[in-house]
Amino acid sequence: MDLRLDAVSHAYGGVEVLRDVTLEAPAGRITCLVGPSGCGKSTLLRLLGGLERPDAGRALMLGDPPAGSLNPLTYVFQHFALLPWRTVAGNIRLVLEDHPLSRAERDEIVADVLARTRLTDFAKAWPRQLSGGMRQRVAIARALAARPAVMLMDEPLSALDAQTRELLMDDLVALWGRERFTAVYVTHNLAEAVRLGHRIAVLSRRPGQVREIAEIDTPLEDRRPDDPALVAVQADLWRLLREEAADADRELTGA
Amino acid sequence: MTDATLDAAPAAPASARTGAPAAGAPRPVPFRGGGFQPSGRAWAGPLLFVLLIGIWEWGSASGWITPLTLPRPSAVAAVFGELWASGRLWEHLGPSLGRLAVGSALGLAAGIGVGLMIGLFSLARAGLAPLVAALFPVPKIALLPLFVIWFGIDEASKYALIAFGVFTPTVVATYGGVDNVDRSLIRMGQSFGLSWRSIVLKIVLPGAAPAILSGMRVSLAIAIILLVAAEMLGAEHGVGAFVLTAGSLYDLESLFCGVAILSALGLAVSFLIGRLERRLLDWRG
Repeated sequence: MDLRLDAVSHAYGGVEVLRDVTLEAPAGRITCLVGPSGCGKSTLLRLLGGLERPDAGRALMLGDPPAGSLNPLTYVFQHFALLPWRTVAGNIRLVLEDHPLSRAERDEIVADVLARTRLTDFAKAWPRQLSGGMRQRVAIARALAARPAVMLMDEPLSALDAQTRELLMDDLVALWGRERFTAVYVTHNLAEAVRLGHRIAVLSRRPGQVREIAEIDTPLEDRRPDDPALVAVQADLWRLLREEAADADRELTGA
Repeated sequence: MTDATLDAAPAAPASARTGAPAAGAPRPVPFRGGGFQPSGRAWAGPLLFVLLIGIWEWGSASGWITPLTLPRPSAVAAVFGELWASGRLWEHLGPSLGRLAVGSALGLAAGIGVGLMIGLFSLARAGLAPLVAALFPVPKIALLPLFVIWFGIDEASKYALIAFGVFTPTVVATYGGVDNVDRSLIRMGQSFGLSWRSIVLKIVLPGAAPAILSGMRVSLAIAIILLVAAEMLGAEHGVGAFVLTAGSLYDLESLFCGVAILSALGLAVSFLIGRLERRLLDWRG
């Protein structure tokens, strides 16, 4: 299933955050959105997943989600959004409880996603006992449990330290290698975008508009941080972003 | 790179050391942290209690406190023993506990329900929040005659008084708790397509539970106060009636015995809430 934004504009209380954004997230690929802070990246993601209604334009699903998808558009949040009063397994079970599944089926799904994210040993742990990286793994496991057609990832690694971020990026690359999931991945970190994105959309500062879309053909699993081609793409992106970021930095935040 | 910085570090103090030995002498960094962290000192409460009663008993025994001003603790204990042995204790405590349980349960249920509504629905908030704010400062005891007219002289009016007294603080605690539930968790629930009911039961209510439970500490103490008031105004049995009778006879030993029972009731309620908190909030660690 593809996801498309069609000429979307959006404003919060008179502050225009997105202007005429048209963007496609093709199935089986990771589309990264990068842009200066406050450019509406997260808003865009909320519009894509139906958490917010655009003032103008439409968010469209093209094609049908795969059979058995419990929640076609599934988020992974920056701050994990785990329920502190539920264990790791309980947090994953939460998203299955409203679906007509037998207890055995639920347990099976929970065990399966825990195994896929290498969390099996932590099934009974409380979120507070886990490091940030582990919490985000739990959130990713929870997202996988809903069998999404598209994963909407809102700066999933931004709350983590640099080392954990590297480890989780490796995990995501391995996961994509196995499952070829579709994702829209919002980040302000160009290194992440270049490492994980098949397509990278660069947004301008507020009001956000698509400035450029870069495609990277190198397969995810072959991408090395020191690959000259990737370094060049990252440098290009930074050139594009630099002025936008500098201007955005000097803006007063009214919103 | 790390090696270089490690090597460079000791060099600077070495050169400094040759300069002024006395002024620059190494001294420990003064400790400025600590405090502001209440931690378990479980022995302090009972110790103070025992100490106060000990001084009081000693004062009474030595004649420094006359039995006319304050009864001797051991005499109060003797009255309690008598009550216990004759079975009159349960004659009073039984009905009191029943009234407290029924009245508080009604008040808590209604309070949590209305608090949730105020927390969840804008219309309920706009309509009910001012109403609750208006009811909160009304001394509920003053309304007992009204409740007697509405619900009759027997148990129902007492239940109503206690329930009403528990209701307002519970409402305020509950909607305060709902307001403080992390919105990103609710957003998460919506993003996974959870039903409204699931979001309320599995996200909002557990999120508000700490606030509701600490509100219960206040509201149940109020319930005990109202229980006694209701029993003083019209009851044959009950701790309140017992205290009132003792007071009108100037039987200070019995009066203090009744007061001690009420204190013990308060302690028991607070202990039970503590247990409940530990059970329901074990995820906080």
